[in-house]
Amino acid sequence: MLEVKDLHASVGGVEILKGLSLRVKAGEVHAIMGPNGSGKSTLANVLAGNPSYTATSGEVLFEGEDLLTMLPENRARAGLFLCFQHPTEIHGVRLDHFMRASFNSIQKSKGLQEMDVLKFDRFLNEKVGIVEMDRNLTKRSVNEGFSGGEKKRNEILQMAVLAPKLAILDEPDSGLDVDALRTVAEGINQLRSPENAIILVTHYQRILDYVVPDNVHVIINGRIVKSGDKKLALEIEAQGYDELEKSVESLQSSG
Amino acid sequence: MTQRPATQEQAYLTALESFEKNGYANDPSWAHDIRKAAMSRFQSLGFPTSRRGNEEWKYTDIGPIAKAKFRSLDSNAQPRVNAADVEGASLGEPGWSQLVFVNGGYSEELSSVSSLPAGVMVVNLVEAMRSTPDLVQAHLARHADYEANAFTALNTAFIHEGAFVHITDGIMLDEPIRLLFLSTSQEEAVSQSRVLIVAGKDSKAAIIEGYAGISDGRYFSNAVTEIVVGDGSTVEYYKVQQQSEKAFHITTTEVALGRDSNFSSINIDLGGKLTRNNLNVLTEGEGSSSVLNGLYLVNGTQHVDNQVIIDHAKPYTTSRELYKGILDGKSRSVFHGSIIVREGAVKVNANQVDKNLLLSDQAEADTKPAFWVYCDDVKCGHGAACGQMDETALFYMRSRGIDEKTARGLLTRAFISEVIESISNEPLRGQVDALVQTKLQEWLVS
Ligand SMILES: Nc1ncnc2c1ncn2[C@@H]1O[C@H](COP(=O)(O)OP(=O)(O)OP(=O)(O)O)[C@@H](O)[C@H]1O
Ligand SMILES: [Mg+2]
Repeated sequence: MLEVKDLHASVGGVEILKGLSLRVKAGEVHAIMGPNGSGKSTLANVLAGNPSYTATSGEVLFEGEDLLTMLPENRARAGLFLCFQHPTEIHGVRLDHFMRASFNSIQKSKGLQEMDVLKFDRFLNEKVGIVEMDRNLTKRSVNEGFSGGEKKRNEILQMAVLAPKLAILDEPDSGLDVDALRTVAEGINQLRSPENAIILVTHYQRILDYVVPDNVHVIINGRIVKSGDKKLALEIEAQGYDELEKSVESLQSSG
Repeated sequence: MTQRPATQEQAYLTALESFEKNGYANDPSWAHDIRKAAMSRFQSLGFPTSRRGNEEWKYTDIGPIAKAKFRSLDSNAQPRVNAADVEGASLGEPGWSQLVFVNGGYSEELSSVSSLPAGVMVVNLVEAMRSTPDLVQAHLARHADYEANAFTALNTAFIHEGAFVHITDGIMLDEPIRLLFLSTSQEEAVSQSRVLIVAGKDSKAAIIEGYAGISDGRYFSNAVTEIVVGDGSTVEYYKVQQQSEKAFHITTTEVALGRDSNFSSINIDLGGKLTRNNLNVLTEGEGSSSVLNGLYLVNGTQHVDNQVIIDHAKPYTTSRELYKGILDGKSRSVFHGSIIVREGAVKVNANQVDKNLLLSDQAEADTKPAFWVYCDDVKCGHGAACGQMDETALFYMRSRGIDEKTARGLLTRAFISEVIESISNEPLRGQVDALVQTKLQEWLVS
């Protein structure tokens, strides 16, 4: 589904991704871990097409298509979804209106039927149930004045509405209480299917108890330095990144 | 011997002299007197220039108005306007009463005044000057100062036809009253539109004042509206301007607020080559509150200038001002908001905000707040902002499948949502929203 080959990317003129490669197949869940500033969100943003980030070299294929040349909206229409680490507040745009515009634009691009207000309202009610979000929130401006947890639920709600093929979830679990974590995790699991794939960026093992990954990767300094199965997450939880970072440093200094 | 060419100021004098002998001849003598005094004042003031160290006109050059030969047309010489043009320019529901004016002259056939409650007058000003002179004389030209302001003087010099709305004490109107001022350009006509609204004690009314061009040519619209908001009454005043993009549009709105009254003014500018709105609100009674909102959309070389003065002469009065502008192309906006708090006007609470969204690098917005506060026990606030589209929000929307053009449209519309939402009249709110969205779509396509 997704093939990232030797990707280099920079933001603000600084190179952050330094030759990152990753293969994700349909049906898989890949967890990505790594210390602060290692480039996890950069990867997520480059894949989603954030214009502030520049892919300087390398290649990304999404369902065989060259992802990097696609407009962000076309990536979304092709089935890619980014759950933001820090979702933006959009003053003056009502969340339910926004979600309908988003849903319909994707439907339209696929030649599928758009939903009118009433129909979408009913559809949204179902989805709101999944993330146990207060329905009144959807009548407010997008993310405006939402608590940290509400913002995350809202991201998962939008994922449920759009039902993407590939969801890139950038720390959907940060700042959540235990109950919220379980709900968000359940929301993520609902998307799991043999046709879909998930890239889950996290700092914590606890979400991986619910959303069990097939692969775990560790990013340090813009590269994947170690990959393994779910046990790798437990190791990191226990030991931290110190050992890995040291070995990366010695590798780099020895050339 | 060569004759000095007549100035445009003199041309207005000549026009008035001719009208006085013809269409204006049967007006009451006091009306002749007001016109005469105002014309004489206009002749000595002349059109304002930015050169005379005139702070008020510093950012807005009305040279093109002063130099152009706009024609003052006699009421019976007005070009014909058909019902379809009126329909196209009308706002609100078709059933609501509407007075229609063409180049400032009243058109009876285009107007429709439906069943108004007893005690409510919605009539041609000149009719009221003749039939109920006391009601008119008590206020006409007493609020809008023609001594100080040249455009007010010029308009007052042609006081004749116009709109007179009078609401007797205690009457609450359910339906808005509509006043529609149409301008035509085939003759480069000047419209001296005049409105007097008197809302009695404890009354309630909504007024929709529309200004629109019948064609996209050049003309000059100079409007003066006086509004008297009686003690304990509530007046919602909407001004929606959709002039031709070659038109010059000057308005002066003078508002006198009675004790414990509520006044809201929502000023929407969607057209005009050069627009200047003077809104002056005077709190004559304690405890009045006013909401003064505005919205302007300018593109190309359009210029819009809003001068808002709220004079808190009395204690316990509040005012909230929110103006928002969207500027594209090489357009320019000026917002000059003055808040005056007089001596002894304790517990005044006044707040003023002007925010602009620049869609182009070449557009320019100037915001100039001014406070004259002669009392300690008051709260005054001010906010201004000028910025570009939020790129983070734009990416957020695009990442959810919304194309860039639509996303920009939504964000632009969102920027002005508070002003749109402050239109409490629902049908009007929907129409203004639609007009705004259509305009923004046009801009985003080109
Ligand atoms: N506009 C910018 N200009 C320069 N550097 C930037 C800019 N934006 C981000 N960075 C830097 O890029 C690096 C990688 O950031 P990124 O957000 O990808 O980290 P992360 O792995 O997601 O970290 P975290 O776990 O804290 O979310 C950081 O050092 C960050 O400071
Ligand atoms: Mg991050």
